[in-house]
This record gives sequence, structure tokens and C-alpha cells, in this order.
Amino acid sequence: MPRRLFGPLCLLALGAAPALGDEVTSYTLDNGMQVVVIEDHRAPVVTQMVWYRIGSSDEPPGHSGIAHFLEHLMFQGTDDLAAGELSATVEENGGTDNAFTSYDYTAYFQRVAADRLGLMMQMEADRMRDLQLTEDDVATERQVILEERSQRTDSDPGALLNEQMSAAQFLNHPYGIPVIGWRHEMEKLSRKDALDFYQANYAPNNAILVVAGDVQPEAVLALAKEYYGPVAPSDRIVPRDRPQEPPQLAERRLVLSDERVSEPYLIRSYLAPERNTGDQKEAAALTILAQLLGGDPINSVLAKSLQFDRKIAVWAAAGYDGTTVDPDTFSLYASPVPGTSLADLEAAMDEVIAKFLKDGPDAEQLARIKTQIRASEIYARDDSGGLARSYGQALAVGLTVKDVQDWPAILQAVTAEDVMAAAAKVLNRDQAVTGWLTAKKGEAQ
Amino acid sequence: MILRSLAVLVALALPVQAETAIQAVTSPGGIKAWLVEDHTIPFVALELRFQGGNSLDLAGKRGAVNLMTATLEEGAGAMDSQGFAAARDSLAAQIGFSSDGDGVSVSSQFLTENRDQGVTLLREALVNPRFDQDAVDRVKGQVLANLRAGAEDPGTIAGDLMAARTYGSHPYGSNGDGTIDSVTALTRDDVVTAWKGAIARDRVFVSAAGDISPEDLGKLLDRLLGDLPATGAPLPGKAEITLKGGLMLKPYPGPQSVVQFTQGGIRFDDPDYFAAVLLNEILGGGRFSARLMTEVREKRGLTYGIGTGLASYDHAETLVGQFQASNEKVAEAIKVIRAEWAKVAAEGVTPEELARAKTYMTGAYPLRFDGNSTIASILVGMQIMGLPTDYPRTRNQRVEAVTLDDVKRVAARLIKPDDLFFVVVGGATGLTPTE
Repeated sequence: MPRRLFGPLCLLALGAAPALGDEVTSYTLDNGMQVVVIEDHRAPVVTQMVWYRIGSSDEPPGHSGIAHFLEHLMFQGTDDLAAGELSATVEENGGTDNAFTSYDYTAYFQRVAADRLGLMMQMEADRMRDLQLTEDDVATERQVILEERSQRTDSDPGALLNEQMSAAQFLNHPYGIPVIGWRHEMEKLSRKDALDFYQANYAPNNAILVVAGDVQPEAVLALAKEYYGPVAPSDRIVPRDRPQEPPQLAERRLVLSDERVSEPYLIRSYLAPERNTGDQKEAAALTILAQLLGGDPINSVLAKSLQFDRKIAVWAAAGYDGTTVDPDTFSLYASPVPGTSLADLEAAMDEVIAKFLKDGPDAEQLARIKTQIRASEIYARDDSGGLARSYGQALAVGLTVKDVQDWPAILQAVTAEDVMAAAAKVLNRDQAVTGWLTAKKGEAQ
Repeated sequence: MILRSLAVLVALALPVQAETAIQAVTSPGGIKAWLVEDHTIPFVALELRFQGGNSLDLAGKRGAVNLMTATLEEGAGAMDSQGFAAARDSLAAQIGFSSDGDGVSVSSQFLTENRDQGVTLLREALVNPRFDQDAVDRVKGQVLANLRAGAEDPGTIAGDLMAARTYGSHPYGSNGDGTIDSVTALTRDDVVTAWKGAIARDRVFVSAAGDISPEDLGKLLDRLLGDLPATGAPLPGKAEITLKGGLMLKPYPGPQSVVQFTQGGIRFDDPDYFAAVLLNEILGGGRFSARLMTEVREKRGLTYGIGTGLASYDHAETLVGQFQASNEKVAEAIKVIRAEWAKVAAEGVTPEELARAKTYMTGAYPLRFDGNSTIASILVGMQIMGLPTDYPRTRNQRVEAVTLDDVKRVAARLIKPDDLFFVVVGGATGLTPTE
């Protein structure tokens, strides 16, 4: 269901946002609010996104889910807007609106005809500081988020495995706590919890405005000054100084068995460094490494050896995002063909990784991936809303516009040696969690 | 802060017009296509749709078209699976194949700098697919894994049960991916037969959007499609919908149940179609102000989301809805839905609801045409529906022309509380199944 999602929106296949130097303009308002404008004049459409540098990993202990719960409650009223009036107004103008919460950020967006941008800003600025909540609204919406957890997590054994693996991966960092929250804590979230979190964190100096579409940068800046300019900054915004992980000394393993599982699979996730401002080289190497190992379902290293050569996997993949505040994960996935055990598949996967660490990448495969990264800059321009997400996510985790624009060139500059250095550092089972998802009966093998 | 008169702003905000200029192109060889030419970004999106799709499966061969479609990218001409994927990736071409009950879709994007090579590659996949035995076997393994997973997925279980109830023995009545037994029995010959029946010129609709001229598109299409067979397998006939009201409960473990509900729908060429679209928008459409979303989610917190839609297929029309809810809340949610169904059938909608739904629909329409890939896909759909190229300019007038009486009439005619059939998959309590 398309409302108020939680969790990372998507892993951009190649992590490549376009350089687009000429079409992107950025400013900072006097109250500290960052503004980014992305021009695309092909259709009379605009996307407005407001990103707050606040996510589930910034929640007070014992109140998991409050960032996401507040995101739902932001669609209640303000001193000037009745409950639901913001969405109703967007709809009356032919637009759509929604919001999402992740570990590191919470974002609100509208997609609407370009000449309605001022109205969207007026309403979004209003709910930045003037949210009003009744006990009844909070009680009903709490039922909705509990239903959301039931639907998206508790009804899905794969989602439960992900949740358990994150909890195992992060002993100390709040990335181990699910964005939606633990049920027993969600049940107790109150109106006061929501308002406290709101008042402490929602302010222009903790926000980024991204506007993408058929707009002129000067006009957007004028509107932003008019509507967001008068919103007072907060003196309560603190640096995101979260508890960090201690060194991991031993691998962690878990098995989740569930009667609703038909196809078993395994996930290996390694703790991995993230993109940092002015320092994205290692993350770029890991992005390419993920493409080499498991990007293409036919020609990746894992697919070739496990699906084609050994014929023991139905599918295999790898994933890495890196657009996070703190170190995150690099993951490998594989599902066995009937008759192959997860233990045998995992052993084979480890052999493939060991061989890769010895032999290095295939030069032609690396060249193809570079070609695709270059092309992804062209294809990405077809979706200005997607560009808005790329910029917003990067800026919300502490990267700059320059970092975003440098990223494609940094990816292009990655060498086979860079990939091998990053792989040797990250692909270490002592810093990994391995999860198996199995049918309830467990694996006989 | 103080908001200055929202109402005035809204009143002044008239819907923008859809300016998308669609050209009808006929290739030298006689292949027709629609084009939206835009040279801003150096690539073209090309969309093909071959009508028929997995409804063309022969008796006993359920899943053949799906398996064939999934194997099209697994080698062609001189290239095996890995060779084809490597060639595609060296060009950074994007080629996707998919099938459903009404067609096989081919969605592709080619960089201007190597478009001819990309088109050659796609031509090989369509005209000279290899269907190597090992590729067929490997993809079959993936399809079977999906089928086994589907058998444990409450949404898939509900969809299959509802399709069988709604369409009976028509191809729409069974899962186009096939069954474990039917797919296991499929041979390479079955895949080749499916390809010959499904991929032919007499059923293809074509559109393009982006960096290409009409002349270049015409030449491209002759090269891409000129060597396909002229005719394919006959299309299926109309599906008779025999649904009567009731409720089916299929037990499944978990905290929630998946609920689907269906009744008969309305054809696109029906004079009351747009009145029905507005009615659906008000009753259960995607907006948060829709009646079902308001009553079931916002007021009662019974679900994370609920929606309905007019499902118009080539050979049938239905009105469908879906939600998920905790097992102990399902009965109340169904009660609310039935009450809303009866209320709208008897009373229609309010003038305010109709006005809001119209401004939403007319305002949202031009926003759809916002990218080459999106536009190419929309244009194929318009051609299949038999619309003229200037339809985007006239469509909003059809919405505006709908009156409150039109909606009341179509509500009385379309919304049938007694025909509404529910499929519940889960551990829902307090229900009385009718079968």
C-alpha cells in the first residue's frame, strides 16, 4: 500500500546519480534550510521533497518506531490545516503525496502540476513547526502502524529474517532496531512521545528541500524564501553522534524457520563502510564489487558459478547501498535448487568468494559495468522524481551536492586493485552475519 | 504561521493541459507505431506489446507462454545466455520481457549512440531465439520455485482462488504461470510452439518516445519486426463472469488475513465509463479521502491500506478490491465495505465528492506523461484501447462532462451489493463462509 512507507526506498541498481552539473542549483536559506533545484522542462510537473535529517536511528531508547509513527501523524492537522486537509488539497490539485522513514531520514513529498509549487510549500512549511495532535488521532493511527507492522513484517518470514539479521549485525548501533519499531514498544508510543520527537527535530536547519521538474531555480528560491524563510530555526538540533559498533571478533549465525516458507535461502551480510563527504572511494569500490559479484542475474560472478557452472542455485545476488550516516552492510544472497542444502550452497558460495579474492575481477565484466554506470546517468535523467530522491537521500546522510555530482566519476575511476582492496577488507566472515531462512521442518541435510 | 486563503489558491489553479504531441508513424514496410519525439535526453524508449499473452496457452500447456517469455533473453542467434547478456550490457541497452493474460510486453531503452546495435540484439531475441535446452531447464527451475513460493503466499493464493471463481474455464480463470505439474511437463517444443503463436506481426502494438525521428523509427521497425511471422495463434474469446455474492475462507497461518473482493465491472467503450471511473475514485480509489480508506483505515484503524479499481482486460471487466487486516478485525472491515457498497448503490455520491474527484482526475492526467519510458508504455495502452492520437487533449472533457445524475445512475446499475464475492486467506474469525 502506497502510503507512508518505511525502510530504504530502493537500492539504486548502480548507486549512480547523474552529475548533471548544469541542471542542478543549490542554496542555503538564512534559517539553515538547504535547497536543491533539479530542472526538467519536458513535462509541466514538479516534485517537492522535504527531507529531515532524522530517522529511526535517532530515536530515544525504548521508543522504537517513533520516527515512523510521527511521519504518519504529520498528516494530521496544524493550527491552519484540518486533519487530512494537506493530502486532500494535494489530491484536489491532481497531485499525489506520501512520505517515508528510514534509519537516517524522514521525507515528505508531493508530485503535482508545476504551477502549484507555492501551495505545496505553504502547507509543508506549515507542518514543519505547527503540527497539532489529538489523543484520538494518535490512538487510531497507532492501530494503523501496528497493522502495517503485521502486514509488512510479521506476515513475511523474509522480512522477519532481515530484522533478526540486523539485530545480530549491530550490537550497539541503532541500525539493529527496525525502522517500524518493535511491537511491544510501538504499542506504548504516545502523543507526548510524538510531539517531543517532533519539536526536537523538525526545523529548517535540520531539513533539505529538493524541488525537481519544470521550474526555474530563481523562482523556486523566491518561493522557498517566502514560505520556508519565516520558519524559525531550532537551537535543539544536535550532531548525530550515535553509539558505534565495537570490533566484531566472531561471526554470527542464525536460522529462522517458518511454516510459511517454501523456498529456503541464505543471506550473508558483512559490516561495510559508507560514503563519506569528500571520501567516497572505498564506497565506490564496494558498489562496483556488488555489481561484479551479484549485479547481473546471468553474468555476475555468483550467478555464473552457482547457477550456470555448478547448477546448485536458483538465483544469487549481491547488494550494497552505502548512502548511510554510519557503516552499513554489504550482502550476498543465494537460494538453492531442490536437493541442495543451504550448508552446501553456503560452502560453495564461500569457495566462489575465496576464488574471487585470489583471481580478481574479469576485465571485460568490469568494463561492461563501467559502461552501464555511464549510461545510468543518461537513463536517470528520464525520472526527475528519482533524481530528487538521489539528491535528498545523499544530502540527508551528510553528503554534499558536490559529492553527488562527483560520484559517477569516482565510480568510473575505480580500478581492479581498488575493488580487490575493498573486497579483502570487507568480505571477512568474522565481521559477518549469516542467516538461513528455512521451512518449518528444518533442513534434513 | 498564518496560511493565506487556501481556497482562493485552489480555485485559481486550473488543470494544465496535456500537451503531449503524438505522431502516428507508418514504416516503409507498413508497420504502424505511435511516437512522442523528444530529443532532450540521448536515448529512446521502445515499447512493444503482442496481444494474447499467456491466454494463448494450448490445452494442457498452461505456463508455456510465460516460460517462453522468460527464456527469450536467454540466448539468440550466435549468442548463448551469457553471450546475450554480455552483448546487451556492453551497449548498456535495457531490454525487459514480460507476459500476462492479455499480452507479451517488450520494454526496451537504447542509447542514441549505439541504438542500431541495440535494436539488432532485440531483433535476434524476437526473431532468432535459441531456447537452448539448458536455458529452458534453468528458467523452468526458476518458474517452479516461484510457483512453490506462490503456493505459500496468501496474496497469490487469494488471487488464484478469486480468478477461478470469477472466470471459470476461461484462461483468465487460472494462473498464467501454470501449475507445478503443467510446467514440469513443458518441453522445448512447447516453448517453440508458444513463441510461434504469441510473437507475430498481426497482434503487435508499437510505440516509441525520446530521441528518434519518425523516419528513423520507421526504418528501425522494419528491421526489428519485418521478419516475424505475419500471423499467430487465435486470440481467446470473451470471458463470461458468473460471480454471485458470497464469501470463501481459506485458512492460512499468520497474524493477518489477505482479503480480495470482486464483482462485475464496466467496459471502456460504455457511455457511462467515466462516470464509473469517478464513482470508483470516490468509493475506493487511490486517494486518502476515498470512502473506504476513510472508513476502514482513518476512522477505525482496521488496516494499513485498502483500495478498489476498475479492472478492464481485453476480454472481461471487473470491479476489484483488496486489503490486509489482523484476523480479529477482518469481519468488521468486511461489514464496513458491505455497508459502503449498499450506501453508494442507493444514494450515489455528494456534489462535493464528485467535484473533488474531478479536479483530482483532470489535474492528475497530464502529470502521467512525464518520461520517455512512461510515455511509451501509455501510448501502447491507448492504441490497444482503440483511442485516437489526440485523445490526451479530449480526455479531461469527458471527465468534466460527467454529472451527479450520471454517477447516481451508474452507481445503481454497477454497484451490486448482492454480487460482491469475498476471498479471505488467513485465520480471520467471526466470518460465515457461504461455501
